[in-house]
Amino acid sequence: MVQLTLPKNSRMTEGKVWPKPDGHDGKPATNLKEYRIYRWSPDDGANPRIDTYFVDLDDCGPMILDGLIWIKSKIDPTLTFRRSCREGICGSCAMNIDGTNTLACTTGMDAVDGAIKIYPLPHMPVVKDLVPDLTRFYAQHASIEPWLKTDTAAPEKEWRQSHEDRLKLDGLYECILCACCSTSCPSYWWNGDRYLGPAVLLQAYRWLIDSRDEHTGERLDQLEDPFRLYRCHTIMNCSKACPKGLNPAKAIAEIKQMMVARQF
Amino acid sequence: MSNKPASAAYTGQAYPITDHTHDVVVVGAGGAGLRATVGASQAGLRTACITKVFPTRSHTVAAQGGVAASLGNMGPDNWQWHMYDTVKGSDWLGDQDAIEYLVRNAPAAVYELEHWGVPFSRTEDGRIYQRPFGGMTTDFGRGPPAQRTCAAADRTGHAMLHTLYGQALRNNTEFFIEYFAIDLIMDEDGRCRGVIALKLDDGTLHRFRGQQTILATGGYGRAYFSATSAHTCTGDGNAMALRAGLALQDMEFVQFHPTGIYGAGCLITEGSRGEGGYLTNSEGERFMERYAPSTKDLASRDVVSRAMTMEIREGRGVGKKKDHLFLHLDHLDPAILHERLPGISDSARIFAGVDVSREPIPVLPTVHYNMGGIPTNYHGEVLTLRDGDPDSVVPGLMALGEAACVSVHGANRLGSNSLIDLVVFGRAAGLRCGETLTAGEKQPDLPKDSADLALSRLDHFRNAAGGTPTAVLRGEMQHVMQTNCAVYRTGETLEEGSELIHKVWKSAADLGVTDRSLVWNTDLVETMEFDNLIQQAVVTMDSAKNRKESRGAHAREDFKDRDDKNWMKHTLAFLDQSSQTVSIDYRPVHSYTMSNDIEYIEPKARVY
Repeated sequence: MVQLTLPKNSRMTEGKVWPKPDGHDGKPATNLKEYRIYRWSPDDGANPRIDTYFVDLDDCGPMILDGLIWIKSKIDPTLTFRRSCREGICGSCAMNIDGTNTLACTTGMDAVDGAIKIYPLPHMPVVKDLVPDLTRFYAQHASIEPWLKTDTAAPEKEWRQSHEDRLKLDGLYECILCACCSTSCPSYWWNGDRYLGPAVLLQAYRWLIDSRDEHTGERLDQLEDPFRLYRCHTIMNCSKACPKGLNPAKAIAEIKQMMVARQF
Repeated sequence: MSNKPASAAYTGQAYPITDHTHDVVVVGAGGAGLRATVGASQAGLRTACITKVFPTRSHTVAAQGGVAASLGNMGPDNWQWHMYDTVKGSDWLGDQDAIEYLVRNAPAAVYELEHWGVPFSRTEDGRIYQRPFGGMTTDFGRGPPAQRTCAAADRTGHAMLHTLYGQALRNNTEFFIEYFAIDLIMDEDGRCRGVIALKLDDGTLHRFRGQQTILATGGYGRAYFSATSAHTCTGDGNAMALRAGLALQDMEFVQFHPTGIYGAGCLITEGSRGEGGYLTNSEGERFMERYAPSTKDLASRDVVSRAMTMEIREGRGVGKKKDHLFLHLDHLDPAILHERLPGISDSARIFAGVDVSREPIPVLPTVHYNMGGIPTNYHGEVLTLRDGDPDSVVPGLMALGEAACVSVHGANRLGSNSLIDLVVFGRAAGLRCGETLTAGEKQPDLPKDSADLALSRLDHFRNAAGGTPTAVLRGEMQHVMQTNCAVYRTGETLEEGSELIHKVWKSAADLGVTDRSLVWNTDLVETMEFDNLIQQAVVTMDSAKNRKESRGAHAREDFKDRDDKNWMKHTLAFLDQSSQTVSIDYRPVHSYTMSNDIEYIEPKARVY
């Protein structure tokens, strides 16, 4: 059987094991959680490495992000990651935690047995440490033209939308563009240059199904392509990964159904 | 402009600078920044939007309850009632011309958002759903609570921000994403000429020249230990204004939101009380009935936060330490919770381990919003006190949103008035740019020293080799602000606080930065953010020490009453960087409205 390995300069090495911290009383802290974190900087030309840290749980909040901030504040200020709202709505701190793409701010440390292993979102270029380059992901999102398109003259007040029609947007508009789903999708790993991926297709469906939008046909035309839409092979990693409990796979299936329905 | 390297003042090491020229340069991509960007683009102006986080990660995304406008979808309403409530909420410190502009333009701004695609919740007949919110009443405070706050479930800010980002894409905005703005470029005539920013992903410097620079950089909640604000809420624009020699206005007014989750500090929307939730103490009593007999749990935020603090002080707090209170939603119909409050139901589960349909949420007043900021008129133009003129415009500079102090919120902002502030004044700024600027007009060369201030700061912090890590000083600052400049204040706590916070600032001379790289150096960025925060913290503390009355969010136990005779005026605080001292001056509160359609609302006792 063929064996695949990473190119030489991508192979991870064992990094630094940082000393265990002292507690408030000056004695070695006893209530510790181990973090093993991917580190890479473009500056030094070195291979990526895994650094090991120990977080004093008696001095730290309960979330994975709390631990990362604790490490940055108390042990190693060079540790680099994105974060902002710390309550699961901005989508900044998406990363691969214990093998799953999720948000560090809404995942408790107690959800992981043993050492917490953290890597950047998979299959994206790494800028530094846990910061991936999401430029292409954002460009794909822009490509579906995520805004309301109408031709009818706008009313003086609001467009009317029935309660039932508004309900169709639930489970779609809540997407926070964290990219956890897209970067968990093997199809997106292979064809990320041409396949739009689950997050962007979920957004595409959000505008397709909005009763106020009048450009459904044009939007479907844009998606009618062997790659943009049809690289979804219902692997379902996206729906499993979504930290907001959304179901991108279902949205993609709905788009495929709309494609079929309009043939008749 | 050429790409000549500019030399740094400190080490002589050269940083290459890339130059950009636009008609309008917007700093910040939250609600206000994006709305202004869209407006300026639509006016045909070449517009850049610089932001330190991807636009949809700006803190507007975390706004929950809604956006206020007198649409009247749920019952009678009009802009005059909204104006009265806003003036009363502001404890009469708001400028009534600006408030009139806000409330009159509010409905059109909400319809515009709806036309752009915001997924508002709907009434049975398909209109925008509106919920009750604190301090929003009918008939000039005499009638029942108004249902004025337009909501997309409890994710209104998220819905708005994503929609505004879409509009910016539609208008081909030139975004500069993950660029950290360092300082303004001011010329010798006192005109703002642009801004210098650090591109995070490669560490290069960028000089943005614009006819108009717009600061929409948000608040500085992270000066406090416990805030609902995101980690990125560091008020960078406010600090840039201070360093440009401009004043910040009314910085003593810091809003504590009554319902931050105990411990985590995450926000639970006031909309939860709008939908029928209520607060209880350790005796199970709905104590707000005692403090605000007519509006109860829907009194304005300063009133509720003070009541909660009193309950805890008098030993009626809940929990092991009796140091917080309960918010009950467990009596509400699960269908309502699911449809209108799904986001906070999740937050309560994740951050407090609470199932809101069965148990109360442990809550505590938590720093939430800064009424103070860069003084502006209702076109968004920055004002300063010059030659005795308190309304003198700083040419080339605008400020919007939480960074600005228009002032529509005065001493206390009403919930859901901030989201409407963003879009109304974001739109106003775009219109003003359209009126006053000519697209593509040739701009004079920048002053020779245009990059010096920014470069010297960058170089200083990048090489800072002192013994105190940024996180330590940041922690000290947050602790002082939380302890000495909280819901209730006294002369004593503020005097001590002033001494302590100045001490923290002085000890910044010993700052040490560990990360010496230039690519995505968050150690450096957090240090520059700390430098921004501490300057605002100092100004906040000294402004609070100076104001010897109680008004809105500024509650002095040694001066319990509002004193209109001596203190019906805006504080202006200037900061001298070299001597690290604050000087205070004043601007009069506008005692007039914008039009003859409504008269100035005279101050009276503020009872809820």
